[in-house]
Amino acid sequence: MAPLLEVRDLVKYYPVYQRGIISKRVVGKVHAVDHVNFSIDKGEAMGLVGESGCGKTTTGKVLLNLEEPTSGEVFFNGEETTSVFSKGPRKEVLKLRRSMQMVFQNPYASLDPRMTVFDIISEPFSIHKHIPKDQWKEKVYSLLTLVGLEAYHAERYPHEFSGGQRQRICIARALAVDPEFIIADEPVSSLDVSIRAQILNLVIDIQEKLGMSYLYISHDLSSVRQITQKVLVMYLGEIVESASTTELFDKPIHPYTRALLSAVPIPDPKKKRNVIILSGEVPSSINPPSGCRFHPRCQYATSKCKDEKPSFIEATAGHMVSCHYYTDFI
Amino acid sequence: MNILEIENLKTHFFTEAGVVKALEGITFEVEKGRTLGLVGESGSGKTVTAQSVLRIVPRPGKIVEGRISFDGEDLLALSEDDMRKFRGKKISLIFQDPTSSLNPLFTIGTQLRDIVTTHSEMPKSEAMEHVIKTLKITRMPDPEEAITRYPHQFSGGMKQRICIARALLLNPQLLFADEPTTNLDVTIQAQIIKLLNDLQKEVGMTLVMITHDMGIITEMCKKVVVLYGGHVMEIGDIDTVFEKPHPYTEALLKAVPRLDQTRKLLSIPGNIPNLITPPPGCVFHPRCQYAIEKCKEAVPPLLEVANGHHIACIRWSYLHGAE
Repeated sequence: MAPLLEVRDLVKYYPVYQRGIISKRVVGKVHAVDHVNFSIDKGEAMGLVGESGCGKTTTGKVLLNLEEPTSGEVFFNGEETTSVFSKGPRKEVLKLRRSMQMVFQNPYASLDPRMTVFDIISEPFSIHKHIPKDQWKEKVYSLLTLVGLEAYHAERYPHEFSGGQRQRICIARALAVDPEFIIADEPVSSLDVSIRAQILNLVIDIQEKLGMSYLYISHDLSSVRQITQKVLVMYLGEIVESASTTELFDKPIHPYTRALLSAVPIPDPKKKRNVIILSGEVPSSINPPSGCRFHPRCQYATSKCKDEKPSFIEATAGHMVSCHYYTDFI
Repeated sequence: MNILEIENLKTHFFTEAGVVKALEGITFEVEKGRTLGLVGESGSGKTVTAQSVLRIVPRPGKIVEGRISFDGEDLLALSEDDMRKFRGKKISLIFQDPTSSLNPLFTIGTQLRDIVTTHSEMPKSEAMEHVIKTLKITRMPDPEEAITRYPHQFSGGMKQRICIARALLLNPQLLFADEPTTNLDVTIQAQIIKLLNDLQKEVGMTLVMITHDMGIITEMCKKVVVLYGGHVMEIGDIDTVFEKPHPYTEALLKAVPRLDQTRKLLSIPGNIPNLITPPPGCVFHPRCQYAIEKCKEAVPPLLEVANGHHIACIRWSYLHGAE
């Protein structure tokens, strides 16, 4: 079966300017997303993890063409999307927009304060015209019920809701166009601990009920384990490891993934962990390190890591990794 | 020995919408030379507790009742001038957001040095030496160069190191760390946790770690105080708290995804309480799965149920078998 979404060699660079008095010139580029390949099957929830500044959010935005890719191709249902977004007819663009939606990180910033919940959720109807006007009410109410809100909430404004409820509204809005694929960018990171579980469970329920595919972007590894089937680990714009969720969390291979997993505190006094403390911080993505981009922070790095870029290869069945010495870590 | 004792502390905010009862009579002690964990969600009163101890509660907030004693001294009875001698020198605070707590207009060296010269007679050059020495303690790479730079030239993790150095400048006996790793990546968080743990051991300082993350608590503390809606729900050793938790602590632990487990998350229904009109009786009862009619009647007292384990819940002994 062909995957729902396929990303081939996706690149997004941002130019860095030096401003003069009259003109500005490009002096470098930020390697936000650097030759990324992956695919997501129908009904699959894919996690994308990494530290801040590694290119997670940019990847999500490029997939939806909220940012235009520098090069590379994105296939959705076998159809190349970037050319459609850039020069296709509006009808085609709308069709793609209908099938891919996004839930943003901050529910306080992503809802228009001057629109009621009804207006917010029904706005997609007036753009895509996929629902006759006399059924709007019904559809809005059923969406509200689906995300665990009540019909009477429709007449209220965003400021009347708590963070968790606002994120429910954002999810309802994304679902309003019956998408096949949703990108959820850190949907719980701005919520309170006791509210997070509600939203995570809602995301899992909706995936089961509607057979939706997800790209779940997060730096919170514990929640990624909870809701995804596959995981991609990103570092400085590149994917360094990918595997099924169980495989990746139980048998991580890449030294970066291992350090990342070991750094997460586990709330259980009986569990003793061996924390691998990474020295230093994520280097600048304007001048990324040569060879393996992780080598300056890697405790196992050799001169080979500095000179040669490791290729992204299958270490064990379905488990891809880019590390010269992956055989030592299996 | 206890370095800090808080007794029936009430801090309220007198807003136009009504009186927000941010702290409704909290009582706990901090033992000298140890790390105490202060856990709670937003709105539970964690930060206001730290602010109350330092007497820097922002307006329209006010400490309305209670007693705070530090090393035998009643802090609430001190004059403002006397209190200034405690801030920074004896009790210090690391803020949650390092970016907004550093002055963008001054170099790191200048703003840290000014703290030293304000609080002591030390000449400027000597004060700068002291700043460099303190930055070294926080493992700041190349502190001589760092003092010439401005806050925006540092990453989040480095800024937090600067803030930790600032809090340590005057050798305080007690340090509040208010969610010092919330805005940081896990790998940097691990560095900061290790740094705080090492400092606590090296300097023998007393640390109060304020966080919403039970994982960090288990990593750093032996004893924990659980706050919810301005009330202390539970105080105890970390092992006891995990074994026989208060219903709120239990719900919180079950609602948090864990890296080492995949299980259905049990979400806590409802929202955190509105503290202008808090629910009657136990403040957690509307969200508690074990709540009975009696829970609505009166605020449950904080009782010692076992050695060092304090619980504010009338259902606890039934749930965990009275011994």
